Amino acid sequence: MSKGTLFDKVWDLHTVSTLPSGQTQLFIGLHLIHEVTSPQAFAMLRDRGLKVLFPERTVATVDHIVPTDNQARPFRDDMAEEMMRAIEENTKANQITFYNIGSGNQGVVHVIAPEQGLTQPGMTIACGDSHTSTHGAFGAIAFGIGTSQVRDVLASQTLALSKLKVRKIEVNGKLSPGVYAKDVILHIIRKLGVTGGVGYAYEYAGSTFEQMSMEERMTVCNMAIEGGARCGYVNPDQVTFDYLKDRDFAPKGVEWDQAVAWWQSIHSDADAEYDDVVVFDAAEISPTVTWGITPGQGIAVTETVPTPDSLSAADREIAAEAYKYMDLQPGTPIQGTPIDVCFIGSCTNGRLSDLREAAQVAKGRQVAAGVKAFVVPGSERVKQEAEAEGLDKIFAAAGFEWREAGCSMCLAMNPDKLQGRQISASSSNRNFKGRQGSASGRTLLMSPAMVAAAAVTGTVTDVRELL
Amino acid sequence: MSQVKSVVGRGIPLMGNDIDTDRIIPARFLRCVTFDGLGAQVFADDRTQLNGQHPFDQPQYQGAEILVVNRNFGCGSSREHAPQAIAKWGIKALVGESFAEIFFGNCVAMGIPCVTANPTDLQQLQDWLAANPQTAIELNLETLQVNFGDANIPVTMGGGARNMFLSGTWDACGQLVAQAEQIRQTASKLPYVAWSRASSV
Repeated sequence: MSKGTLFDKVWDLHTVSTLPSGQTQLFIGLHLIHEVTSPQAFAMLRDRGLKVLFPERTVATVDHIVPTDNQARPFRDDMAEEMMRAIEENTKANQITFYNIGSGNQGVVHVIAPEQGLTQPGMTIACGDSHTSTHGAFGAIAFGIGTSQVRDVLASQTLALSKLKVRKIEVNGKLSPGVYAKDVILHIIRKLGVTGGVGYAYEYAGSTFEQMSMEERMTVCNMAIEGGARCGYVNPDQVTFDYLKDRDFAPKGVEWDQAVAWWQSIHSDADAEYDDVVVFDAAEISPTVTWGITPGQGIAVTETVPTPDSLSAADREIAAEAYKYMDLQPGTPIQGTPIDVCFIGSCTNGRLSDLREAAQVAKGRQVAAGVKAFVVPGSERVKQEAEAEGLDKIFAAAGFEWREAGCSMCLAMNPDKLQGRQISASSSNRNFKGRQGSASGRTLLMSPAMVAAAAVTGTVTDVRELL
Repeated sequence: MSQVKSVVGRGIPLMGNDIDTDRIIPARFLRCVTFDGLGAQVFADDRTQLNGQHPFDQPQYQGAEILVVNRNFGCGSSREHAPQAIAKWGIKALVGESFAEIFFGNCVAMGIPCVTANPTDLQQLQDWLAANPQTAIELNLETLQVNFGDANIPVTMGGGARNMFLSGTWDACGQLVAQAEQIRQTASKLPYVAWSRASSV
C-alpha cells in the first residue's frame, strides 16, 4: 500500500468519513459541470428534494455540443438548444457560476478551469467527464464521474469511493526535437496497455515531466484514463506556482505565500512508498501515431503496422478487429497513409502551446489538395491569445479553418463530424470505432505538430522532416 | 433502498474486448436532458453494422437480464448514458473479465452489479448461453457464483461494492447527505476552501 505520496496526503485531508460499506466519503474541492452529464443530475436532485450544498464550489461551462462555426442562438440543432437551456436554467436556479458562450471564459471544461486558476494543487476535483484527469497536472487528485455521482457531489460535495493504488511512472531525460508531451503519453499507453492503469492513480515523475510546461503536463495527465487510470498527477513545483501566480482565482497577497507553503507540503515525500514503479527513458520516445481502434495501438511514425505474431496473445483479437476496421495491412508503414481530415484541438491538445507548435509546421506551407483541416481553440481565451499572436492568420494563410472554442470533432456531438469512411489525423484522445461521428470513420491520434504535418503533406508524415 | 443479493434471469453473451462507451451509446444520442429512450439506442452503430445479427437484436436473447462480456468493458468516456442505455434495454447485472473503473462506479450507483470472472470460465458461460438462451441463470452475490444449468463459476467483486449491494446501500446519496456537519468540518480544515471560492454566493 502506498504511503507518503501526494495521493495519500490529499486523500487523507479530504476524507470525511468511512461509510458502512467500507468506502471512503471524500470531499470534492472543485466540481466542474457541463451540458451533457449534468441535466439528469439536477433532475435527480429535484426528484429527491435536495439542494446544492456548496454552490460556490461548482463551476459550469458548455463545450461538448457547441457548434464551432455558427454559434448564434437558438442553435440549429433543437436538442443541443434544449441542453443549453437546461444548463442555463439549472445554474441560475442553483446560483452556480456559469461561463456561457461569449462570456470570454467559455471553453472546454478542462481548458478553462486551469487557465482561470480554479485548478490548484492539493485539491480533489471531479467532473462528469473522463478527461478530468487533466487537472492532475497541478498536483490535484482529479477524476471523471458519472451522472449519479454528479448528483452526489451537488447534494453533498462528497463522493463514495474506494482508495486507489499508486503507480509511479518515471520518465527521465530530454525529449528529442519533434517529440512532444502527446508522444510521451501515447508511448506510455502503448507500453502499459489500455487496462494497465485500472485500480491505480498514476504519479508522473522524473526529469522529463519536471522540464515540461504546465500545458504539456496537462496533455500527459489528460490521457491517464486512456491507459485505464482514473487519475494521474504531477507533483507541484516552481513551474506550477509560476503558472498559477496572478490567475483569476489564485490566492493573492499573504494567502499566496501560505498557499505555496501548503502546496509544497503535499508533495510526495522523498521516501514515499508506491504500489508499483515503472521507468522509461525519454530518448526511446519517437513521434507516435495510433494505427488501430484503441489508444494503446500506437507505433512510432517510422514503424510499420504490427503483425499479429509480434503481439501478445491477449492483444491479437483486438488487433484483428483493428486491421479490418482501419483497412490497414499488418507490416506496412504507417507513414504515407493518406489523410482526409485534420483536426487540431480538444482538451488534450487545444491550448496555446499546442496551437503554436502546429502553426510552426503550417507556416509558409499549404494544406494538401483534398484535405479538410481545421483548428479549434480550447477556449475563448486561447482563441483570443492565439489571435493576438497572429496564429489564426498563419493557419488561415495555410488553408486551415479557424473556429470557435469547443470539443468539436473529438467526440462529434456537434456539427463537426467525419463522413463515411474518412480517415482523420487528430490531436484528440480517442480513436474508438465511430468516435468522430461516422460509424465507419477512422482516427489516427498524434501530436498537434504531427497533425499539421499530415495536413500539409496529405499523408501521415514524420514531423521531424518539416522542422 | 433495496438489497441486491442475487439476480436471476436469462443471459446474453456479447463477445469482444475493449468495448468502449462510445460504442455502447454513440455520442449523438447524448443530445438529451433525460435518460429516457436510451434503451432503444444501445449499441446503435454496432447493431446497424451487424444487420440483425447483434446479440441485442437476436430473437433468442430478447428479454435477457444478465449481460456476459469480456475484457475492459465500458472503457472510455464517463457517460452514465452507457449503463443507463444497457439498463433501459433490460439488463440488471453484468459478468465480465474486467470493467473500466468509471463504468463500474456508474453501475454501482445505479444498483447494477458488475462481477468479474476468469477468461476460461467466461468462455464456458458464453458458450453455454449461446446453447441455452432461454434458460435462466443466477448471479449470486452472497456465494459469489454464477449458476447455470448444472454448472457454476466463481466470480469476484470489490468488497466495498459488494457490501453496498448486499446491505442495500448502493445508492450512497442519502448516506453522503446525512453527514452535512462532518462535511463542513472537513471543508473548514482545507486551506484552499477559504481562498479559492468560485463565486461569492
